[in-house]
Amino acid sequence: MATQTLSPAQSRPAGPGAPVIALDHVKLAFDEKVVLADMSFALMKGRTKIILGASGSGKSITLKIITGLLRPDAGAVLVNGHRVDQLSERDLMPVRGDLGMIFQEGALFDSLTVRENVGYKLYEETDMPLDQIDRRVEEVLGFMGLAEHIDKAPSALSGGQRRRVAIARAMAFKPQILLYDEATTGLDPITATTVDDEVIKLRDLEGVSSILVTHQLRDAFYVARNMAVRKPDGVVAIVPATPEKVDESEFIMLKDGLICFEGNAEELQHSTDPYLKTFLS
Amino acid sequence: MIPLFQTWLKRAALEMQEYVRLLGAAFRGVVTPPIYYHDIVEQFDAIGVGSMTVVLLTGFFTGAVLALQSGLTLDQFGARPVVGRLVSASMVKELGPVLTGLMLTGRIGSGIAAELGSMVVTDQINALRALGTDPVRKLVVPRMLAGIFMAPILTIISDFVGIVGGWLVARYQLQVATGLYWSSITQALYIQDVWMGIIKPFVLGFVIVSVACHVGLRTSGGTQGVGKATTVAVVAGSVAVIAADFFITRLLISVMY
Repeated sequence: MATQTLSPAQSRPAGPGAPVIALDHVKLAFDEKVVLADMSFALMKGRTKIILGASGSGKSITLKIITGLLRPDAGAVLVNGHRVDQLSERDLMPVRGDLGMIFQEGALFDSLTVRENVGYKLYEETDMPLDQIDRRVEEVLGFMGLAEHIDKAPSALSGGQRRRVAIARAMAFKPQILLYDEATTGLDPITATTVDDEVIKLRDLEGVSSILVTHQLRDAFYVARNMAVRKPDGVVAIVPATPEKVDESEFIMLKDGLICFEGNAEELQHSTDPYLKTFLS
Repeated sequence: MIPLFQTWLKRAALEMQEYVRLLGAAFRGVVTPPIYYHDIVEQFDAIGVGSMTVVLLTGFFTGAVLALQSGLTLDQFGARPVVGRLVSASMVKELGPVLTGLMLTGRIGSGIAAELGSMVVTDQINALRALGTDPVRKLVVPRMLAGIFMAPILTIISDFVGIVGGWLVARYQLQVATGLYWSSITQALYIQDVWMGIIKPFVLGFVIVSVACHVGLRTSGGTQGVGKATTVAVVAGSVAVIAADFFITRLLISVMY
């Protein structure tokens, strides 16, 4: 594996103003097939990065590289200032403590109930007292509107409910970064919107930084152009985002292992690039 | 032809390398924390208690048919009274461990490969890793410990019911006196035979589970891949049981006899 010199912005340790995630000239190929030719971007705290691209363009691979599930052939990957591309599996565990990932199709554990799935990390990997874990699980499931399904098996849930349980599982241990891998793919528009709403609420009410991988443009623009606010009566509402808030969601378009566009929702929509226009049409 | 052979050789070397890496990781998982005790207990129950019925039935009918067949042969030499000797020696030294091993390969080897394979193709293994759990410690170590320690217990039970099956045939079909049957068993069994019958299943249990875990964790290609992995686990596991049995027998004979 080649090591590379990081750009000054990316070599700083995590701190105020430093990116929580940074990829610097990341390359990955499987045999002859180049998946990521040269990928560099940074995610700032509290922001959302939306990665778009056709199937097989390397979107999901990028998330797996960030979590250390895959190692790049070259380049540097930093999460909260830690070089995850160089850490051993054992050393990656503490880094993953601040990183939640929602997999395609949810990847819920079939043999466990919703409660056990959501509280998995707390039950298995922490010394937290059981009653506290139960309270946290109930709190998270209540936040996601799934409280009544707590003792069901994942197989008894609908597709949308499974995705929301997967989000609940990823947020149960309060990570500050969430990675969504095609969280709404295969869902009907109404169910997809409920999942999008949870993404927005986590970003705006919990201050979670997020990377959203999708090829569903409707969901990508919905997340970028809306925001969650808590009204004085405590009710959470999804409202159109302010221009400043819209700018906090940055789009990345992948093509042939390279970033072919980087900018906000407006820039993407008004792009004259033929590929982007085809993708957006 | 040569490039094909080279490709096959490379794949075989890669599989062997990954198998050895898995064994190394599993060994570290046994001796260093975290250890998932409740998963270990669960697997002892699933692999040990769960396999009891198939092992009881296999052992019983093997012992019974052995008595039937050997009774015919022994009659030619007027040696019918020593049928117990033949049944016990065959069951304890060879048939008990090997048939239990093969039954376990069919039952738990396929189950493990299918379960782990499904977890791989549905990203559950990656989800475990993303949640801070080492899949080898959580999934492989408990199964391996259960395989290693439950196989000998199941083999002893299989040996016993096999001898009982042989006794029923000897008593009611071959008309051999009960006392004669059981005394011929104790006369024929040496302590080395018993040791051989106990040591073998430790190794066979380890081979069955480690092969199944390796195959399961290397699954690729969706549900079709899971089916393929299950078949490979049973075929490779069965061949490995027979081959390992030969080599352990050879080793134990040179060491103990």
